[in-house]
Amino acid sequence: MTHPDVEQAIMGAGELECLLAVLQSQGYQVLGPTVRDGAIVYDEISRMDQLPRGVSDRQEAGRYRLESRGDEAFFGYAVGPQSWKRFLHPPLERLFQIRRKGESLELDDGRFATRFAFLGVRACELRAIAIQDKVFAGGPYRDAAYQRRRQDNFIIAVNCAVAGGTCFCVSMGAGPKADRGFDLALTELLGDRHEFLVEAGSTAGRDVLARLKSRPAAATDIDAAAAVSAGTAANMGRTVDTEGIRSLLQDNPDHPRWEEVADRCLSCANCTMVCPTCFCTTIEDHSDLSNQVATRERKWDSCFTLDFSFIHGGSVRTQTRSRYRQWMTHKLSSWVDQFGTSGCVGCGRCITWCPVGIDITEETAAIRATADARGGAAHGGT
Amino acid sequence: MSAVAPATVDPADPWIPRSYRVTRRTSESPDTATLEVVPSEGALPAFRPGQFNMLYAFGVGEIAVSLSGDPADRSRFVHTVRTVGAVSGAIAALPAGAVLGLRGPFGTPWPLEEARGRDIILIAGGLGLAPLRPAIHEVLGHRERYRRVVILVGMRNPNDILYRHELERWRSTLDVELEVTVDRADAGWHGHVGVVPSLIPRTSFDPAHAIAMICGPEIMMRFTAQALEGVGVALERIYVSMERNMKCAIGLCGHCQFGPLFVCRDGPVMRMDRIAKIFAVREI
Amino acid sequence: MAGLERILLEHPFFRGLDAAAGSLIVGCARNVVFEPGRYMCREGEPADEFYLLREGTVALEIAAPGRAPSVFLTLGEGEIVGVSWLTPPYRWSFDARAVDRVRALGLDARCLRAKCEADHDLGYELMKRCLALLTRRLHATRLQMLDVYARPAV
Repeated sequence: MTHPDVEQAIMGAGELECLLAVLQSQGYQVLGPTVRDGAIVYDEISRMDQLPRGVSDRQEAGRYRLESRGDEAFFGYAVGPQSWKRFLHPPLERLFQIRRKGESLELDDGRFATRFAFLGVRACELRAIAIQDKVFAGGPYRDAAYQRRRQDNFIIAVNCAVAGGTCFCVSMGAGPKADRGFDLALTELLGDRHEFLVEAGSTAGRDVLARLKSRPAAATDIDAAAAVSAGTAANMGRTVDTEGIRSLLQDNPDHPRWEEVADRCLSCANCTMVCPTCFCTTIEDHSDLSNQVATRERKWDSCFTLDFSFIHGGSVRTQTRSRYRQWMTHKLSSWVDQFGTSGCVGCGRCITWCPVGIDITEETAAIRATADARGGAAHGGT
Repeated sequence: MSAVAPATVDPADPWIPRSYRVTRRTSESPDTATLEVVPSEGALPAFRPGQFNMLYAFGVGEIAVSLSGDPADRSRFVHTVRTVGAVSGAIAALPAGAVLGLRGPFGTPWPLEEARGRDIILIAGGLGLAPLRPAIHEVLGHRERYRRVVILVGMRNPNDILYRHELERWRSTLDVELEVTVDRADAGWHGHVGVVPSLIPRTSFDPAHAIAMICGPEIMMRFTAQALEGVGVALERIYVSMERNMKCAIGLCGHCQFGPLFVCRDGPVMRMDRIAKIFAVREI
Repeated sequence: MAGLERILLEHPFFRGLDAAAGSLIVGCARNVVFEPGRYMCREGEPADEFYLLREGTVALEIAAPGRAPSVFLTLGEGEIVGVSWLTPPYRWSFDARAVDRVRALGLDARCLRAKCEADHDLGYELMKRCLALLTRRLHATRLQMLDVYARPAV
């Protein structure tokens, strides 16, 4: 990631249409937020009127509703159930097609990579993409298709003007202002004029900005944008204390809270599906009727499923308590050992989309409270 | 300009299996077979004892199977496969001449370099002898590198002794101590009956400096490590081979996690002091 | 007798036993030899003696009709055969067969039980050792029972 001198400009809200056109002309498939089925999802955007104009969201644990804002803001809401991982790390992907040929196997086909432009990437989502970059492109084995998708990726970030009811990006150091990893970043200004402060974060971004009608940003514009981000930061729906969280969770595998949360958890895997960093997948092999051509598909999987940990004879994690512990410990603690950072970006999706409203920040606080009371030592078990 | 571009196939892509051919199949028991395989084209990769390959039965699926051959033999890979499901059953049934896919080798090896100049204890339980066999080959092939060599093997019963002829051959090697015990037997068996850990007090090695490598069912490894600790072998010198559900073998699918460790990448061979805490947690 | 006492005190089972206790116990001891294939004891018979193995291998078996006896444990030099002498009804619970030539110290159970009743300190020393042995055997038996090398139910 380069950190060039950021160029700042102001463009009128209507210039979004031109932005979309420029991206399409450059061969990108443009994806952005749009309303469907009562939620804001990411889909192909070709016109700005497909954006959720004047829409806001009300989020709480286990609750998500769209509402009307009464204004014309294009990005007046927090994040929806989907994240950009559905494009960069698709839910279903064919890894290869292979066929029998004489005395060997021959590969028919490889994987596909699309040139994506993402419009509306929030700071927490940028962080999530960076986290998945570490997983798929930063280890001893890399996912080549993921790397190609990322290489060709054009990212337009949006600095949140609204903090969601379950957001805690500030606690995770992941927002609300986007500071890196974007080609362009927009801050929506709803003053006398409906405008965007545009920051170019790369050469490609500067190139696209040059094709749009804009004027240089004045100090007042920059201050107005800063105020938007400051306001969002001050209104986070949740907070979590991450001090020592790595050892807190790994040292307390027998904490009674795991049993308690398991009484509520349905093991439905929603949290892993909506989480922007969860990356677990499973493999499915198929062959055609003649058994001459076979394919392998990779699809999203979740550590909450019973057979996720199946080894000859049975699963390792048979109890919900063990699976919830696995997910939460991995996300907030083991991820640090594996990839050097937390796996959580504080987007709040797992809280919003949990059907019973389990809140990862609340669970952390509960474990911390009684673990500390016992002098920090693990009880029994370890 | 098209937004979608097909990726070219990269033969070095760790997701893609290479084509291999079975050159020989040996039946070890009604449900266990040993396959010798060679690449359909190109050179055989090198491997270190303790590593594994992902074997692909065309259209059926893939499983992780330890390499069981002599690492000095650069002509083929040897895999002993027990039928426990659809994929293993398909692979174990492959006859000579059949084709399969193979990815690997993957994983961390047994610490044979570290064991040089020391007593080395190799303890195998059941099918756990298969991943230890390459280590035994290498140790016996370079016998001068190690001091005392002790091999302890536990099997279910005398009919189930894996690699029996090889064990007999190794046992007759004068500078190797090799004991086999079975969990139960009838009077036709004149050897030890009892669990593998009980063999440990009956052998002689220097517990203060020896390196121990254990492979077998997790319960057996746990009890055996305890017995070794009991005679004075420190956990930093005890190694085990862990097993978990594997799909990708390259640390990207998440299935094989064992605490914060990926068994495919941080294992399967792991040092006991590093995992003792996790090992003790149920359903981790 | 001095020779027997030395042998007794050198046996791993009596490691750390003081000389006074040793001289008490040796009064119940004798040297025994079993030729290969001989049965040292039979299930159900009075457990009059227990053995400290000095040389050779012993197979512990359970007999069942219509099939060969099942060997569930083999023991060798330095180990103990027999704990049933400790508690009523004082009867052997298995057959013990000498696999090869077995030399052992036989300890008269009635003699030893009487001495333990008379001298509780001696009794405590013996019980500590027997309990440790039983605990080890129990743990090993559990591991055996788990049948860890069995194929999983598919």
